[in-house]
Order: sequence, then structure tokens, then C-alpha cells
Amino acid sequence: MKILCTIKRVTDYERKVKIAPDGSSLVTEGMNFVANPFDEIAVEEALRLQKAHGGEVICVSIGPKDAAQQIRQGLAMGADRGILVLAENLDPDAVARILVKLVEQEKPDLVLMGKQATDDDANQAGQLLAGYLGWPQATFASKTDGLDSEAEKAQKPGLVVAGGKVSVVREVDGGLETLEVTLPAVVTTDLRLNNPRFASLPGIMKAKKKPLAEIALASLGVDVTPKVKAVKYTEPPARKGGVKVENVDQLITKLKTEAKVI
Amino acid sequence: MSNVLVVAEIHQGVVKKATYTAVTFAREAAKRTGGKVHAVALGHNIAEKAREVAAYVETVHVADHEKLAKPTAEAYAQAIVQAARASGATVVAMAATFAGKDIMPRVAALLGAGMASDVQGFVGDSGLAMRRPIQAGNVIATVEITTPIKVVTTRPTEFPAAAALGAAGTVAPLAVTIGDLKTHYVGFTAVASTRPELTDARVVVSGGRGLKEAENYKKYIEPLADKLHAAVGASRAIVDAGWVPNDLQVGQTGKVVAPDLYIAVGISGAIQHVAGMKGSKTIVAINKDAEAPIFQIADYGLVADLFKVVPELTEKL
Repeated sequence: MKILCTIKRVTDYERKVKIAPDGSSLVTEGMNFVANPFDEIAVEEALRLQKAHGGEVICVSIGPKDAAQQIRQGLAMGADRGILVLAENLDPDAVARILVKLVEQEKPDLVLMGKQATDDDANQAGQLLAGYLGWPQATFASKTDGLDSEAEKAQKPGLVVAGGKVSVVREVDGGLETLEVTLPAVVTTDLRLNNPRFASLPGIMKAKKKPLAEIALASLGVDVTPKVKAVKYTEPPARKGGVKVENVDQLITKLKTEAKVI
Repeated sequence: MSNVLVVAEIHQGVVKKATYTAVTFAREAAKRTGGKVHAVALGHNIAEKAREVAAYVETVHVADHEKLAKPTAEAYAQAIVQAARASGATVVAMAATFAGKDIMPRVAALLGAGMASDVQGFVGDSGLAMRRPIQAGNVIATVEITTPIKVVTTRPTEFPAAAALGAAGTVAPLAVTIGDLKTHYVGFTAVASTRPELTDARVVVSGGRGLKEAENYKKYIEPLADKLHAAVGASRAIVDAGWVPNDLQVGQTGKVVAPDLYIAVGISGAIQHVAGMKGSKTIVAINKDAEAPIFQIADYGLVADLFKVVPELTEKL
């Protein structure tokens, strides 16, 4: 099967990004950039499915020229080739419509994407893509037996592909839901689907020679005028630290008489 | 017409409480658009549930169809689009639950509409500029949707549940057409728990890496939670370590909670965890490291060995 997976270049989610003094933009200069962690899970799942069913894994990124680094990371993990669409400052809708074009060109059986990117936290692109394509979707793919299971240690895929369908366990409020969707389909990945592998040194060496196509946005004919504009960025209201209590008795007293929550 | 349509979430025969938080958002939106608040109830044989929702809105459109008996984004999105047209809505909103997050972007694609996720409220006294968290909650973006129809998911913890109106709204059947589905709903397994659901609970007790090993979660966190009739939560570190299931994770990439009381035990307070709980009314932090960032946001901090003070707290409560 042919699998297209996304790998977005995002600011390091463990560092705080600064806001420009006039609030008009985010300061990303000097920031460390990483692959979106949910996308790493998508790439890992794609590679496990490839091992089980054969086929090809293509890593796609839409971003600046430097996003080639994140694609190379996917290639070093084991993906076969990469596609980089050069475009910046897009809303999720534009991203989805660019992906529609790539899907039309590549005709994959499955598109695997992280459930959200850790920079804009929109959690939209996968569902938008499925909507535009008229494909079924299964979001927030997870695994019933968890990341400490034997299946996970054996690097078995969490998605079950058989008979032109993929069965997906999804995380929903209060439990797990199982969907079976007919391929081609879009699946988005949640945290507990797998533990992504690290790229090995031989993998990194090999990745340098793997094909990576750069595509100019203009050649795709997609209007990227934003449907959603971020007009201002502000700090969230700060929560003030309170007091330190000396012992359990004092804590209980405070909770009973001051906060009145117990 | 510029009405506001709320998608009611009916799951396993229950109207989810989060629906009424979206109604609160919708009432404010309707003031700004000069329209009325409508709702759509989706499912099969749901007349009674639709009447329940009618107490809160002007009109409930009831999309009753056998292909809607199971909640799939593929079918629901088609029906919601038809409800949006029937109701003359320019704003279509649903609470940002797992279902809302799954379905609404697909609705946006079908409507050609722009969408804002996880909206926390409006900016300014008029207009439809909205606030939403990005960058793990470290930045709040003010966003403007430029399309005629605007799709929104609303963060349940940011809006109080709406009160019922004096007079119940109209219940209007909506004949919907649903195409052939390529999604087969196999089933739902509820996570068996006698505790309240994390996002609904009045008190949450969460544990982190300070617990040192998996068994200590059962030994220290759960008894305290039982005593307080609380839900249990966890930091990403111990979810990643496989100590507890993923659905207990509190944080920007997990669940966002805002209980009356949040007790963080052995949690350092990483950015991404704090983003998921800083809306709590009262925060208690128990950690032996006095420098842990969690103390910067805690109302009451107890610098102590959790293995000593948690059993003591459980005992004395």
C-alpha cells in the first residue's frame, strides 16, 4: 500500500515562544525547530504498516526550505521519499487544499497525519482533507493495549489493514471507539498509538541519498488566502502563585475555610 | 438571517453537558449577529433528547435518520451542513469535545467555511473576533474568520453551562439526505470507572513522575481521589511511561480540565501540563522540590515528601 504521511516543522514545544512587542507576530528567530511530535507517530505507524503490507511511504511537509530537515528525519526513520511544498503562514484550510493536490498526484491508499500540530494546535487539517476528498476519516487513532504492551515492543502497527479497509481504535470521551473505514482514507494519530523510533546513524546516512522533491506553491494552483486570520497575539492571563503551607493540617484548614472547596 | 447553530452532542443516549457550554457561547454570538440560537440534534429515535435541548434554544432541528444512529464524522458532517442551511446560520458551533474536534473541521470543509478551534470567548464588545489558545496555551491568538459562515469549536471549561429558557423552543424535524457511508461504526468501549469523568469532575487528583513507580499511582493517588470523590489525572510523563492510560492525561495534548479543586501530586508543572489545568478554581501542589514550576501557579503549595503527606492527607480528610 502507498502511504502519504505529513511531517510539519514546528517550534520546539518544550520552549516558550515569544510575542513581538506590538503583538502582531510570534518571534521564531533563534527558536529551535522540531518535527511535530504527533506527525512522528504518523510516520512510525506508516513504517510499521509498510513492514506488514509492503508498499511505499512518502513524507510530505509544507513549510519553509528548512522544513527539508524534518522530511530528512522521516526519511532517516525509514520513509522512501519526500515532498516539500514551499509555503509559509498558511491556515489549516490552505494546508488541506494543498494536500488535496498532492493526493491527486500521488494517489495514496492512506494518508496518515498527526492529530494536531503543536504550534497552532488547531486539530483541523486531517479532517478538512478528508472532507474535501470525500474520504472517510478516523481521527485520534490509539491502541487498546497501550504503549507498554508486547505488540508495541514488537513494533506491530496499531491500525489493522485487511480487505481494502482499515480498522482504527480511536480515543473519545469516556472510552475507546472502533471504526472500520474503507480505503482510501485519512487517519490522524494520537499519543498512545506507538513510540516513534529514533533515526539510526545508517538511516541518517541513507536518508541523504533519498529523493526529496521541492514543489513551488504556485505550481499547484491553490488559493491560500487565509479563511482565518490571526490578528493579534497576547500572553494568557497569568495565574499568581499563592502561599506555601507548612503541613497537612494547615492545608486542610485552608481548603475548608479559605478556598471552601472541601 | 444570521442565526447561530449549536450542534448538540448526544452520546450513548445522553445529551452531553458540554452542549450547554456551547449554548452559552452561541447566545453571546447571537447577540453580536442579531440572530437567534438554534440547535441541531442528530441520531435515530431521538425525539425525547431533542425536546431536552429545546429548553435552551429558539428552535431545535431534529435530524433523525438511521444512518445517524451511530456517531460518525462522515454522516454527521453531512447532516450538520443541511441543518446549517435550514437554520440560516452564519455561525455553527459545537463544544470542543473529542466528537466536536472530529466532526467540525469536516463540516467546515463541506461548507467552504473558515474554522476556529477551542475558542475561549470573544474579543471586544461587538464583532466576531475570537480568542483561542495556541503554542500549548502559552499564547492567546485573536482570530477573525473571513468567510460568510464561521465554524467554531468552543472549549467547554471556558463557558458556564447555559440555563434553560422560560419557554421551550420549537422542535422542527429536518429531513436529511445522507450519502453512502464508507465508515462502519464497530463499537464503543467505555473505560470502566466508578469515578467521575475527568472533564466533568468537581475535584481532580493528578499524579506525576514524583511517584517514582507505576504501583505508587494506585497506592497514593487513587485512595486520595476516592476520599474526595474525585477524578484521577496524570502528567504526560507517566502516561508516556505507560503507568496509566492515555485518557487520564491532563494537558494541552490531553484533556483540559477546570475543576473546583485540582491537586497535583509529584508533578513538576511542565508548560504543557499547566496548559491543561490552570483554569482550575483552586490548585494544590505537593512536591518535594521547592523550585518546581508548579508552585508558581498553585494557590496552596506543600513542599514535602508525597509518600508521607499524601497518606496523611487521605487519612485526615
